[in-house]
Order: sequence, then structure tokens, then C-alpha cells
Amino acid sequence: MAEETKFEPRIVAFLCNWCTYAGADLAGTGRNQYQANVRVIKLPCTGGIDPLFLIKAFERGADGILVSGCHPGDCHYNSGNYHARRRWNVFRPLLEFCGINPERIQFSWVSAAEGGKWVETINGVVDTVRALGPFEGYQKINAVGSDASGEAATSGDTG
Amino acid sequence: MSKKIGVFVCHCGTNISATVDVEKVAEETKKNNPRVAYTTTYKYMCSDPGQKLLRDKIKEEGLTGVVVAACSPKMHEHTFRNAAVKTGLNPYHVEISNIREQCSWVHPDIPTGTDKSIDLVRMMTEKTRKDKSLTAIKVPVTKRALVIGGGIAGIQAALDIADGGQEVVMVEREASIGGHMAQLSETFPTLDCSQCIMTPKMVEAAQHDNITMYTWSEIESITGYLGNFDVKIRKKARSVDLDLCTGCSSCWQVCPCKKIKSEFDMGIGNRTAIYIPFPQAIPSKPVIDRENCILFKDARKKNIKPNDSKVCRKCIDACPIAPVKAIDYNQEDEIVDVKIGAIIVATGFRELEDGLYGEYGGGKYEDVITGLQFERLASASGPTEGKIKRPSDGKEPEIVVFIQCVGSRDPAKGCSYCSKTCCMYTAKHTMLYKHKVHDGHAFVFYIDIRCAGKSYEEFSQRAIEEEGATYLRGRVSRVYKKGEKLIVLGADTLTGSVVEIEADMVVLASAMKAQDDAEQFAQKLSIQYDKDKFFSEMHPKLKPVESSSAGIFLAGTCQGPKDIPETVAQAGAAASKVLALLSSDELEREPVVARVDRQLPPVFSTCIGCFYCQKVCPYSAIESEDIKARDGSVIKTVARVNEGLCQGCGLCAATCRSKSVELEGFNDEQIYAEINALEFN
Repeated sequence: MAEETKFEPRIVAFLCNWCTYAGADLAGTGRNQYQANVRVIKLPCTGGIDPLFLIKAFERGADGILVSGCHPGDCHYNSGNYHARRRWNVFRPLLEFCGINPERIQFSWVSAAEGGKWVETINGVVDTVRALGPFEGYQKINAVGSDASGEAATSGDTG
Repeated sequence: MSKKIGVFVCHCGTNISATVDVEKVAEETKKNNPRVAYTTTYKYMCSDPGQKLLRDKIKEEGLTGVVVAACSPKMHEHTFRNAAVKTGLNPYHVEISNIREQCSWVHPDIPTGTDKSIDLVRMMTEKTRKDKSLTAIKVPVTKRALVIGGGIAGIQAALDIADGGQEVVMVEREASIGGHMAQLSETFPTLDCSQCIMTPKMVEAAQHDNITMYTWSEIESITGYLGNFDVKIRKKARSVDLDLCTGCSSCWQVCPCKKIKSEFDMGIGNRTAIYIPFPQAIPSKPVIDRENCILFKDARKKNIKPNDSKVCRKCIDACPIAPVKAIDYNQEDEIVDVKIGAIIVATGFRELEDGLYGEYGGGKYEDVITGLQFERLASASGPTEGKIKRPSDGKEPEIVVFIQCVGSRDPAKGCSYCSKTCCMYTAKHTMLYKHKVHDGHAFVFYIDIRCAGKSYEEFSQRAIEEEGATYLRGRVSRVYKKGEKLIVLGADTLTGSVVEIEADMVVLASAMKAQDDAEQFAQKLSIQYDKDKFFSEMHPKLKPVESSSAGIFLAGTCQGPKDIPETVAQAGAAASKVLALLSSDELEREPVVARVDRQLPPVFSTCIGCFYCQKVCPYSAIESEDIKARDGSVIKTVARVNEGLCQGCGLCAATCRSKSVELEGFNDEQIYAEINALEFN
């Protein structure tokens, strides 16, 4: 299984500007090291994250996604994080229905003061997704289009 | 026309270049992205020559988009956008790729950091391709400041702003302004009387034409934004009419409830139910403590209006004001609305709760007291009139043990920080004690003596060398009672011996903690706070008085432990920021606001008028607009964003079913461009 040990999960993190992005900055200021698998996309608020962004990230090769914002009650926009949480509650069963393991998308609250928690969170996501293995759902679908014989369209197991 | 993008990679001295191969980042970016017309690296992009390089290259190369790969956008986005403006480029075509805080500082391996940086730069380059020109939004400024808290920080800030010619509204939740500083006996390192320097300031603030003061009042709610806050102040029912009352003292002299523990005296003195917190209180008019007043207790029990209770009416009978008495038992809370341009939060600290240190007998033994209680004992206006008497029997203590770092530097008790003032005030306490009890003996247990400040080290040396306090380096493990004495068991780590002292009184240098309701209050204001619930400054070095919310500033110990000079300095700094803000009639605001699609007929707008956006908007910024034909008939009703109210969270954009709302600066095109640029290495 030499191939499996080489697998490095590709993680996209959608972070709110006020809490988690600042928390990730604080981890930097404190020189708290973490795994480099993550690419951060900053938005004003987690409440402004369209679920299609997450789907698109999977399509572009992400193996896991983190959405992280302010703690309940701390949202810079008063209620944005609650909307994000509700949207996630609706979106999660849809993911399961589509055959995407919901563990590939994680949701967390990390405040601007929690550099340490950011490190734990991101390492946790990387480790979880590393254990799940690569996300191949989209490659398989794409392969259907490119391969006339359709052999690549195999089982519904998309990880 | 496609954009010509320039990428500037910063070395940040060696902060970035030590763990990221910046040359390779520039090279790869140029090689793999046809839209990147120019790349370079520079030692310090934020420096003057760095900014000049940026400006020159925008002009020479005709760049229409810029990516600076450097520190967090929270540091220098503003700097580089301003530099771009000078060349005529719209500032919203400048983006920052965060390769320091979120890359070079956290990934020590050079190839890893370099690969990640290349990715991050590519993602931001793609976003920049989709950036549009935006124009800053101008908003009018309400020329009035709000100062929350009436301690030394609040008073100083209010006075500075008021002296600068602007109106100030000051809100204090206690019955008098003055805060903790009014409780202190003498102050270090000069030993001047705290009341003597504090009370004149209190009077000045109360009498200032530009200051409106609300005591016994709290902030009910704060809405709005920089320059235009709407504040609701709850004037709690004082049961006394401030306009009628003259503060003659007749009422509290006759009050029969005389054994209520005084909050101002930290529980070692008593007060009445109708009371002023201390003799120099401002306003010097009483308040009725409805919890403890027997009339209010009776009214609650019988479920009648307080004025109908006949249990005790001594205070109202004693009130000499006629024909309408100044006391009104039925008075209710009142809500006052004020428009505010800028806010200073100066809500202060609280002392560590008694009882957290059970092993020291805190809260258990009467003669184990806190630092603030000692201040009240030593204060000439305190319950003992400045005589050092132990609370249990009023005896003059012959041996006093002072324990430092009670609650500070003790992660086990959830307080890892240094409270900063205790080393100095303990030194001061030993001196005050020795000055009053000449043959008494003071022992101090300490971990380290931290006296960084002008004349501070000399002061603490004086306590040891001239005043004869015995300093023992080590922790106390236990304090227990034996007869009339308190036995203090501790260690002297310098001699390596166990120390046992028979003390008459123990003083705990209790930590400064954030106010109990700091977290809820921060949420009310939408400002950030740290793990210890102290409010967070925007930047630890460069923006020490700004909170995370524009237009809200911090002063004093609500931001972290500090002493009086530091508090006064910070209050002055916050006041100067507010004055600068209020000096202009209009402010420019980031144009990060939502917009609803508008287009030519016959579509007019893709908005279907479901108004889901209106439901999720936290700012009520979504209005409805009728698109009308020439004859005035309504063609369709669509959503419209009031950009004065919109704060740019993007909730509406994510909620919109027909994708008709976009957030400027973070629109779908820009975010998808970033996502599409994910080519994991």
C-alpha cells in the first residue's frame, strides 16, 4: 500500500474575515506550525458561503473542506454564523444523498484569539481526510464524459 | 480587455524568504500564468522604496491589477491600495496574498512553503482578474462620542474629547463615576492620595458643558456603524429624582437598613439601603438598593406597587424637598435613545473572586483580605478611617503576610497572564502598613518582582531596603487558622527552606480579571475578546486602542491589566482617535456592499422578488423597489440594497435563489475564480 502512504489530502478552507481568518493569522504570529495541506479562501462571513462554492472546490480536486467562522454569539454581523449553520444542516443530508461522505466537510468555530484552536482544527481535518483517502467522485464522473466506453463509471462509492 | 497583472513578492526581511523561496514563487507565477505581465521580489514591499517600486511598475508596465504576496491583508492591504491610488489605479484592483502569517511562519519546510505560496499567489491572481473598480461610500458623521464606563479611563477619554470641542455621552452602571481608582488609598510610586487626584477630575467631568452623564445606567443596545451608531441607554430606576434631589443626606441618615455590605468598601464596611457609594460620589445623590430595602422587599412579597407599602417610609418622610419629594418609589427604568459617531469602551476590570483560592482561606477567614479590601482599610475615607485594623476583631495586626500572584500567572486557575500592577501595589501596601503600624512586620511572598516603569524599581527597592518589608521568593501552600492567628505555610526557594509565619492578617494580591459580563457585552458591540475575556485590540502593536469594529475604541483595563498611567495614556490615545474621526463631516467606507441585479428592459432585473434576502439581512438593509413603466404601472417589485445600512456580510448573496444579489469585492465570479485556481501541487 505504498501509494496510500503518499496520499496528501488537499484541503480548502473557507474562512470568515473577522474570526477564523484572524485566528489563522494569530497562529502565524505565534509561529504555531501546522500541516501545509490547506488553501484558504477568505470571505466576510461564513453566512455568505454558497454551498455551490464547496461543490466547486470538490470538483477542482479538493479532498476535504473546512468552513470556519465566529463562535455562536460572536458573529461580526450578529447572526451570519447561525445562517451558515442552518445552511450546513440542510446541505449535509444532500451531500450524503449524493454519496459524498459528510466527514469531508467540516464546520468549526475559531475565534480571532484562538490561534491554537486553528492549528488543532486544521490538523484534525487533514488527518480525518487523510484517513478517508482521496475524493475521486468527480474524476470518475469526468472520466465518463471523456471515455466513450464508460468503463470508468463504476460503483457509487465516492469516498 | 484582459487585465495586465503584476505580482510583487515580499521577502519581509527574512520573515518570508527564510522559509519560502520567493524568487521561485515569482518565477513560477510568471511562467505559468499568461495574464501575469510582471513579477518581482523585494526585501520590504511596505517600505517607502517598496511602495515606490509598486507605483513605478504600475505606470511603466501599464498594470491594471496587482497582487502583493506578503503579510496578512489585515496588516498592509490598506498601505498597498493607497499606493496604487497614487498612480490612478482603482484600489480595489489590488489584492494581498497572505504568505507570511498563513504560510512562511507556519510551515518551516522550504519546498512546502514555496509550493503553497505559489498556489496562494495563483489563487489571488485569478481573483484579481475579476476585480472591478469600486468607489468608496461616503457616509455622514454624527458628531457625538459615547464613553462607556466612568472610571479613570472613561473620565480621561471623556474630558479629552469634550475639551476638543465635541459632545460626549458618558454611561456608568454604578451610582457614581470614579471606578476602581476612587477606591484606592494612595497610588504608587508617588504615594499621592488617589482621591485627591481623582475627585477633581470627576467634578470636572460632571461640570463640563460638553459631557452628558448617565450614572446608574447601562447600554441596552448598539446598532448602526462607524459614524452612525444608534445607542439605547437604560437609565435604571434610581428611585430618586436627580433634578429634585440636593444630596442633603437626610434620607440615608434615617435609613434603618444599616448593615448592608458596601460594594465600594469591598464588603468590609457597611452602607444603608438608600445610599451614596462614597462621600465624594458624583452625582452626590443617592440611589435605593431595591434588593435590600425593606419597603421594596415588602412590596415584592405582597405583590403591590412599592409606593403602596407602608412598612417603612423613613427616607421619604425625611426628604425636605417639597411639595414633590425627591424620592419616588415607583420610578421605572427609562430608555434614552442617542445618535453617536464613535464609541470608547472603558468598562474596566473586576478583582479575582474571593474563594477561588480555598487553600489561602479567601472568602473563609475574615482576616484574609484582597488587595482592594486593603486599599479600603488604608484609605482615609474607608470604614476604619485609614487605621489598619483587621476585620475580625478590629485589632491592629502586628504581622501581615502579603501573597503575590494570587490568580495571576497560574494557568491551573485559568489565569495564565500577569496582572502587572500587583508587584507595585504590594510594595505600596507594605509601605502604607509600615507607615501606620510602625513596629509591625510585613512579609511578602513573590514569584518574581516585576517593576518595569518609571521609578517603579526604585519604589519596590525602597519597600525592601528602607521600609523593611521581608521579601521571600516562593509560593504559599496553605493558610489556616490557629486560635487568633493565621498560619501561613510557604517556601523560601532562595534558601531552600520551608517557612511558617504566624500572621495576624493575610493580604492576597488578587488578579485583575475581565468583567463578569465582558463576553456578553463584547457580543452586544460586535467586538472581539481574547481567551481571558479582555477585549482585543485591532493590532497588538500598531492599533492598540482600536477594537475589531470600526468606530469602537478601547481604553483602560477592559483591554488587559494595566496601571493608572498606562490607562490614562490609552484613554488619551483613544480620545485622539475619536476626535480625528469626528473632525470630518463625512467618512469614507469600504464599498464592500451587496448589489441587486439591474439590467435593461425587458428583463429589468433577474430578481424574482421573493425577499428571502430581506429575511436574512441583519441590518434591515434590503428594501423593496417598484420598477415602473412610463405610465406609472408597476412592472415588477424587486429588492434593492440600502448601501448606507449594508455592512457587506454577503448573507443575502448566499441566500438569493436567482443569483441576483452579489457582494462587491467578493462576488461569485471572484470566489469561483479563486476556487478554479486550486491546482493542488
